[in-house]
Order: sequence, then C-alpha cells, then structure tokens
Amino acid sequence: MASNPTPDAGSAGSAASLGAVDFQEVQQRPRFRELRRRHRSFVFPMAAAFLLWYFLYVLLADYAHGFMSTRIAGNINIGLVFGLLQFVTTFVITMWYVSYANKKLDPVAAELRAELEGPAGTTSTTAETGGAK
Amino acid sequence: MNILTVPATVTQAPTQVGEPWINMGIFGLFVAITLVIVLRASKNNKTAADYYAGGRSFTGGQNGTAIAGDYLSAASFLGIVGAIAINGYDGFLYSIGFLVAWLVALLLVAELLRNTGKFTMADVLSFRLQQRPVRIAAATTTLAVCFFYLLAQMAGAGGLVSLLLGINDRLGQSLVITVVGALMILYVLVGGMKGTTWVQIIKACLLIAGAFVMTIWVLAIYGFNFSALLGDAAATAGTTDILNPGLQYGVSETSKLDFISLALALVLGTAALPHVLMRFYTVPTAKEARRSVVWAIWLIGAFYLFTLVLGYGAGALIGADTIQAAPGGVNSAAPLLAFELGGPLLLGLISAVAFATILAVVAGLTITAAASFAHDIYANVVRRGSANPESEVKVARRTVLVIGVLSILGGIGAQGQNVAFLVALAFAVAASANLPTIIYSLFWKRFTTQGAVWSMYGGLAAAIILIVFSPVMSGNETAMIPGADFAFFGLKNPGIVSIPLAFFLGWLGTVLDKTGEDPAKQAEMEVRSLTGVGAEKAVHH
Repeated sequence: MASNPTPDAGSAGSAASLGAVDFQEVQQRPRFRELRRRHRSFVFPMAAAFLLWYFLYVLLADYAHGFMSTRIAGNINIGLVFGLLQFVTTFVITMWYVSYANKKLDPVAAELRAELEGPAGTTSTTAETGGAK
Repeated sequence: MNILTVPATVTQAPTQVGEPWINMGIFGLFVAITLVIVLRASKNNKTAADYYAGGRSFTGGQNGTAIAGDYLSAASFLGIVGAIAINGYDGFLYSIGFLVAWLVALLLVAELLRNTGKFTMADVLSFRLQQRPVRIAAATTTLAVCFFYLLAQMAGAGGLVSLLLGINDRLGQSLVITVVGALMILYVLVGGMKGTTWVQIIKACLLIAGAFVMTIWVLAIYGFNFSALLGDAAATAGTTDILNPGLQYGVSETSKLDFISLALALVLGTAALPHVLMRFYTVPTAKEARRSVVWAIWLIGAFYLFTLVLGYGAGALIGADTIQAAPGGVNSAAPLLAFELGGPLLLGLISAVAFATILAVVAGLTITAAASFAHDIYANVVRRGSANPESEVKVARRTVLVIGVLSILGGIGAQGQNVAFLVALAFAVAASANLPTIIYSLFWKRFTTQGAVWSMYGGLAAAIILIVFSPVMSGNETAMIPGADFAFFGLKNPGIVSIPLAFFLGWLGTVLDKTGEDPAKQAEMEVRSLTGVGAEKAVHH
C-alpha cells in the first residue's frame, strides 16, 4: 500500500519543483507544527461550540415549548430571539474565523509555501482581488 | 432542499392567479439572457480544468453567490415561505439548520479541500489511501446523492408548472419537464462549469433581490414593526400557536425525535454535498474558497431572514386556508404573496425566478455527477489514470447527456409521486456516507482505506435501508406505497442512526486494519492541505 501513484492528486504545474520535497520532514518542522496547532486549536473548539449551541437550540425548540413561547416584548418570544441568535452567532463565528485566519494562519502558510516552492515557484498570487472581507 | 415541499400531487382545480403568459415571457427572457452568457463563457472551454472547474478563475464573491444559487433551490424558497406561513415557528426552525451547517464547511472543509483536490470529492478522499476502492466508493456516494437530489428537483418541476404556468394536465407537465431538461443539458454541455456558474450567479441575484424587495414591501405595510406583523399573522391564523414552536414537529414524541434526526443530517450534510464541494475548485486559491463560504453565509443568512418575514407576511395577508386551497398548496404561499403585493407583474417575476432556480440547481447537479463519473470512474478507475484530458472531457459530456435524459425520464415518471423525502435522503446520505470520511482523512493520521470504504458503504447502505423501512415508503396513506406496510423504522429521517454508525464504522475499519497507509502520503496531504503548496492553479487564457 506504500506505493500509491496518485495521478490526479499531484499538481501538474508544480510537480517538478515539489518532487524533491520531503513532506515528512516538513511535517516535523516547528513552523509547520505551529501552523497546524493554530488551525486546530481554533477550528475544533469552535466547531464543537457551535454544534452544541445549535443542538441546545433544537432541543429547546423541540421539547421546551413553554419556555420558548414566553413573550418578551410585544409578540416577540424567546424562541424567536434564540432563533435569530443562531443567525448572529453564525455571522460572528464567520467573521471571527476570517480575521483569525488572515492574521494567524495565512502568513505562516504563505511563508512555508514560499520556502517549499522555492524562489522560482509561482506562489498563488493570482486573483487575490475581490471577494469577502 | 424541498423536504417540506408538497409533491406534485397537488394538481387540483385550476384556480390560477395571474397571467401564465407573463410568467412564461419573463422566464423566456431569463433563458435567452443566460443562454447568451453561457455561449460567451463557453469560448474558453478547452481543458478539463476549464470544463469541470471553470478554469478556477472565479472570485470568492462570484463563487459564493453561485454557491448560494446552488443551495437556495426553488423548493427552499417556496417551501420555507410556505412552511412558515402555515406552520409558523417550525418553518423558521427548519431553515436555521441550513444556515448553521455552513460553519462546518467554513471551519473544517472548504480550504483544506481546495488545497488537496483537483475536480471531485474523491480526489481528496483518495489522496493518501488506495486509489481504486476509495474512488469507486466516493463516486458511488456522489452519484447517489446527485441522483436523489436531481429526481426530487425534476419531479418538483412538474408541481411548479401547474402552479405557475397553469398547466395541469400530465402531458403538458411532461412537455415542460422535457424542455427544462433539454435546456439544462444544453447549458451544461456547452457552458461547462463556467456557464453553469454564471447561470447560478444570475439566478441567485434575482432570487435574493426579489425576496428582498418583497420583504421590505411587507415590512412597510406594518410600518417596519415586526411585532405588529407577527400579531397580524396570529390574528389571521386565529391562534398564537403560529408564533410558538411545536406546530409541525411537536405533534408526537416520534416527530420530535424525527426533527433531531433531520437537524443532524442538515447540519452535517451540507458540507458533504458533492455539488457544493465541487464549487470550491472553481476559485484560484484556498483563501478565495474561504471568501466563497463567507459570501455564501451572508447571502444565505440574509435570504432565510427574508423568508421569515415573507412567511409570516403570507400568513397574515393571505391566510393559511387560502394558501392550502390554492394549486400548489404550501408552495403557493410566496407566489400568492407576490400577487397580493405587486399584481401579475411581480408574480411573473417571482415565478420566473422560481422556475430559473430549478434549471440552475439541476445544471449544477448534472455537472457534478458527470465530473465524478468521467474523472473518478472513467479516468482513474477504468483507465487507471492514463486517460488524456480530452477523452475525459468527452466522456464527461456524454455522461451529461445520459444523466440529462435519465433525469427527464425520472422526472416524468416521478410526477405525482411523493418524492419530497428524496432531498432529506440526499442530505442524510451526504452526512453519513461522505462527511465522516472527509473529516477522518483530513484530520486523523491513522485513517486507512478499510475505514474509508466501511464508512462510505456502511453510511450509504444504512441511510437507504432505513428510508426503505421508514414511514415515507409504506404504512400510511401519504407514503410512496400506501398499500403495503413494512415500516419497521419509525423515523422519516435516518440521520440519527446512520451518521453515528458511519463515524463508528470509519473508526472500526481503521483500528482493525493491520496494514496501515503510507506515512509519506499522509505528510504530503497534511502539509499541502494547510499550506496550499502545490495546489491546483488557475488557468490563464
């Protein structure tokens, strides 16, 4: 199983320049381990948190009808507020992750990419324009 | 996304509102404009990367809009507005899962997938495992999800036709399904991913803009006081229950459990839908893939907030009884509201948008299925990676034709059948057959081929078998086979069983696998997924 030719996983464009890269060595580099730690220490707790919060909401809406039907202001009840809060947390986590990735992940990833692809490597500077904040 | 959609059985007496000719005219205009754009976009369809991934040249904003276009099907527009109009809070509850699910894609999947794959989901899953067994399994689940989703969309088209164009006889509906199918084949055949993406973008803009205008309109009627709108909706319904949870999912203990099962499939299935995953390859970098998801989250989130207002607006201004009595039933809430607000012209616009939506979603599904067949099965399994890109694209185009014809026939055959559960099934299969393997292969170093194969086939089989023995297939008068009763499994949604089972099988298959995988490949995948080294570049013409 050790020798699996991956004809399509390999990139045609940079296969030649990457052929010599020892990925197991890169995997052990402190810089890469730092990148992996930063990525996982953000996405795993965040994924767990939003899933817990979502299922808490689903369980409340499913089983705690009385509580969720409590009026707060006018015809607005707790259920509606909690539902809208799901939108708010989704938007907040999205923006939080983007800002974290821009500051903590992208610079390290770009640094490693530049090292591995070499000065001749065409690092992906294509179309950094447009898009979300 | 039309789990709630009332199927095409709703061809009742033609109490048609509006002018079918206006609806058809506006839809014809949409087809004409998109066709010109598709033809222009097709000029550069030379390589496989052009055909499958639009040359990887879309920006995050464009791709995010296209993702929203793919995701917000006609059924989710018409279905959710109708569900809120009739079931109130529970319709809203249902829409939230569709949005929250995007965080899975944003945090765990999109960027890593973009960095390690080329065209299909199988590229990523087979990266460090054995090519053939994993690719075959991944292509099987991809085709299964696309097939269930396609059939539901095509069957839904028949119901929509009776509602929007006033065509109630079976022959007329079959004719319209054929026209929709033929148009879709043309788009995908000629335009490839680039053309399909532009159709999605245009459609998403029209849909979201239309919903926005109607939302402001409804709010203006109530002086921008949402509480007053809710009060009027409750007054029209004659009960404040419409503002509280439980009207639809709180009927019994089974229905409550069923909703949890559905919620699980929605939140974990979205990030594993093959036609969504494939969209991440149409951008040049992982950063643009991230931007795509961010755009999609804003657009989809805003859209579901609009549907909340529109749903309660339809409930207040038209009333649940009138909606249910109209042709199309629940699905007619949004068109009836459009007619109430802006007369035949706004109805025509909204109807044309809804119709365009089916076309665009079907096109997106078709190109995904064709890519999976040509790239995974033909090029990498049959030809063992020796196929040249030209012959691969040729096979993909032929597959488009076959899938197009099959979905037309399936759509005609499924008319009047209760196939709304197929979309729920597509989500459940995606969440059980695809997501565990995606997560394991991206994050679990020890994961092996045996684990992947067990998890994918186990998840797929569990989801389908549980659906077959569920109340949607038999045991009651609304089931697909009302006469028989083999509904051993009480829930309509298999997710609560099949998703944990697939995760378990992936773990079990891995720990029982004595051979292990190549650590060098694992290292390469991990480094590439996080840094973007060697990721596929955009095509420059």
